Order: sequence, then C-alpha cells, then structure tokens
Amino acid sequence: MEKVAIVDYGMSNLHSVFSALTKVSNGNFDIQITRDPSVISNSDRVVFPGQGAAADCMRQINQFDLAGSVQKAASEKPFLGICMGMQVLLEHSQENNGTECLGLLKGSVKAFSDTFKIADISAHKIPHMGWNTIDQKIDHPIWAGVNQHSYFYFVHSYYVSLADSKQSAGMTDYGVEFSSVLTDGKVFAMQCHPEKSADNGLQLLTNFLNWNGN
Amino acid sequence: MSLAKRIIPCLDVDAGRVVKGVKFVDIRDAGDPVEIAKRYNAEGADEITFLDITASSDDRETIEHVVEKVASQVFIPLTVGGGIRNVDDIRRMLNAGADKVGINTAAVHNPGFVQEASQKVGSQCIVVSIDAKKVSSASEPDSWEIFTHGGRKPTNIDAIEWAVKMTDYGAGELLLTSMDRDGTKSGFDLELTKKVSESVSIPVIASGGVGNLQHLSDGVSKGRADAVLAASIFHFGEYSIGEAKAHMRKQGITVRE
Repeated sequence: MEKVAIVDYGMSNLHSVFSALTKVSNGNFDIQITRDPSVISNSDRVVFPGQGAAADCMRQINQFDLAGSVQKAASEKPFLGICMGMQVLLEHSQENNGTECLGLLKGSVKAFSDTFKIADISAHKIPHMGWNTIDQKIDHPIWAGVNQHSYFYFVHSYYVSLADSKQSAGMTDYGVEFSSVLTDGKVFAMQCHPEKSADNGLQLLTNFLNWNGN
Repeated sequence: MSLAKRIIPCLDVDAGRVVKGVKFVDIRDAGDPVEIAKRYNAEGADEITFLDITASSDDRETIEHVVEKVASQVFIPLTVGGGIRNVDDIRRMLNAGADKVGINTAAVHNPGFVQEASQKVGSQCIVVSIDAKKVSSASEPDSWEIFTHGGRKPTNIDAIEWAVKMTDYGAGELLLTSMDRDGTKSGFDLELTKKVSESVSIPVIASGGVGNLQHLSDGVSKGRADAVLAASIFHFGEYSIGEAKAHMRKQGITVRE
C-alpha cells in the first residue's frame, strides 16, 4: 500500500487534513501523521500543512530537525504544501519582522496590510478569510476535474510573491492579485485549505493521491 | 471574481443533540448534528457554527464527539461556541476537528484570555462573540452595550469600543449578535452591524433577527457584514441555503457557487 506522510511540526491542527485524505483515499493509502524523518523518507508522497506565524513555523521545523527531510521529500516525491506549508517554501517572509524560510522556491511572502497601505485600499478586511476563486494558470494533473475559477477556502494575512511567475499554477484576487497556487517539479502548494473546501478540495486531494509527480 | 460573502447556518446543540427542532422532511433523525451538517453542506453552506448550550457540565464533552463526527464527514469550516473558558477548552475543540472557536463570556470576564488564546492557537481560530443591546434613547446618539448570559447581564461596556479592543487583542473575526433582534425575525440591527464592521479591520459576521432572505442581503449591503448567520429560517425549511444565495446573487452580492 502506498504511504502518505502528513508532516507534523506542531504548528497546526492536522485532524482536518488527515480526515479529508482518509475520506478520499478509500482505504487504498496508508496515511500517517509524523515528525519522524525516517517515516517521511520512506513515504511515497508527503503533505506539508501549517498554520500560525512564520517565525514559529520555522522555529518548530528547525527544532524537530525537519528542514532536510522536507527539502529532500520535495525534490523526490509528490509533495503538497498547504497554507503556511506553502509560505515557508519561499526564501523569505515579511512576517515577524522578517523570517528566513526554506528557500525551495525563489520569492518572498508579503503582508496584505503593507500592500493595502501602499495602494490605499481600505475596503478589504484582514485576514483574507472565506471562499475565493482560483484562476488556474496552467494545465496540471492536480487540476483535473476542478473547474476554472472554482471556489476554495482561504484564511491568511500574508501572501506569496514568486520571483518566477511561470511557477504560479493559480492566481487569486484580494485587492492584489497573488499566486495562490504554485508548482515546481514534484511540489504543488496552495494557500487555501483543500481539506476545508468541500467537493473542490476533495477532488484536488484525490488528484494529489493519484499524481505521479510529473 | 472576489471574496464571497458567507452564509452560515447555526445549530444549537444540547448534550450532543440539535435542539430547536430542525425540520427537513427527508432527514431520518432531525436531532442528529451529522445528518444536518451534511445537509447544509450539500445545500452550499459556507461554514457551520455549533453553539453548545449544554447546561450540565457532565455532558460537556459530548460536544467534542459531535465535532469529531461532523469533521470526519463534512469538509467545510466548523466553528464551536458556548462554554469556552480557557486555552485547554480551545485545544480540545480544535483537536476534535473544529476550525474556530467562539469566545463570549470568558472574554468579558478576562479580555487577556483573547490575547493569550490568539497567541497560542493563532488569530484565525478565534471568533469573539459579541452580544449587544441598544441602550440609547430615541433622542440620543446611537449606542450599544455588551451583555452576557444570553443578554441578561449588562456589563457597562460600549459595543463599538469592545469590538475594537477585541480586534487589537487578536480576535480573527467577530460574531455580532443584536440581542434586541434575536428571535424577532425583524432583520439585523443594521446600524449596529455597520458601525462595528466599519470600526474594525477584521471580518464581521452579522447575527440576530433574520426572518427572510432580504434580511440576509441587507446585512451585507447595508450592514457591511462579511458573513451572515441565521438559524431558524434554514432549520424550519422556510428557505434553503441555495435560495438565500440566489437571492443575494440577484442583488449583486458575490456568493460561492
């Protein structure tokens, strides 16, 4: 049976991710919540969730000595980043007066509040909380059966700004247009929560379990 | 394309059972929170809120089982409120599968609790529930005060100041209920909703008084709410969530398809 590792670095409630994956796996995948590097390296695919502040996330990742395993997994097998598990893949985040992140992708994480201040936008509440659409920028096996401009559930105050826009797999508009989904090699990562996005989210998770990483 | 305004049905749960009788004709067990949550999810509810009204402390942990069961079958955001007193209560709900918790009375008794909670579990999990009543007379400028214990206990705290303070303390969202309108079916207190929504930088959920679909639209277009919460109009089958969304869409409000 194929093994799926959900990486637990103590920064999110993994119940929802676990139960959504369990639901779509139909008993055909062995899904484990783990912070054991050997379990991660022996798994066939990896889910990397996360919530909370960037500095706390990076501190926990380093405390559990997971940076190496995460980087290795992302280069070797289908890898799904969710929410903070997407943001910390970038080089740097503005959060917490500047936080160095894992640097798997070139670019940074910016604050909606700064961008709104500069653009003089006051109508948008922060966090960006609720259902918003994703403009799919590329064809990808993980988009199979998910309609263009489908709604997904978001909750975040910072957003990803990629150095190479070709790595954007989807864009979302919230005062500023930002990369809500990115992909590079075996990495597919999204700002929204597929595990909380009803049928669209379950379809996407199903596609991830079936994706060969190419 | 932009962020959709949310419609949130709210269920009162007592000792693990939905009370105030939800009446869907084809649901076998109208007291079963899982059956009802599944139905609302299928109708397109954007989130579901459970209010635990269990009086007996012996039965309190049953709400955890309810959340666990619902969260394993319904994949939209779930909020649980009622009886949340400390960070342990919050963690238990989150571990059971809730995405957010509602804090009400405990915040009034100890505002620092909201600060502590948002630092420990993140602002995105913390919804501060505000029960407000109008206290100004017709000749005075509008003012509202916070009440606790289901609207029975006054606190002498101004509702707008409180909303701003809770935002500063790290609330991720405010659930604003007009105690004057709750149960009246005469619509939201739109002045209160607008005043609060325009005073804070975080999303505001309007609650209390919905009797028809126009009330929901008004909450967004006139009250400037980011989400609208209702109980009885959905429970008794007067309107479906789908009808509510169709009505709002017709009025130019963005809702999730």
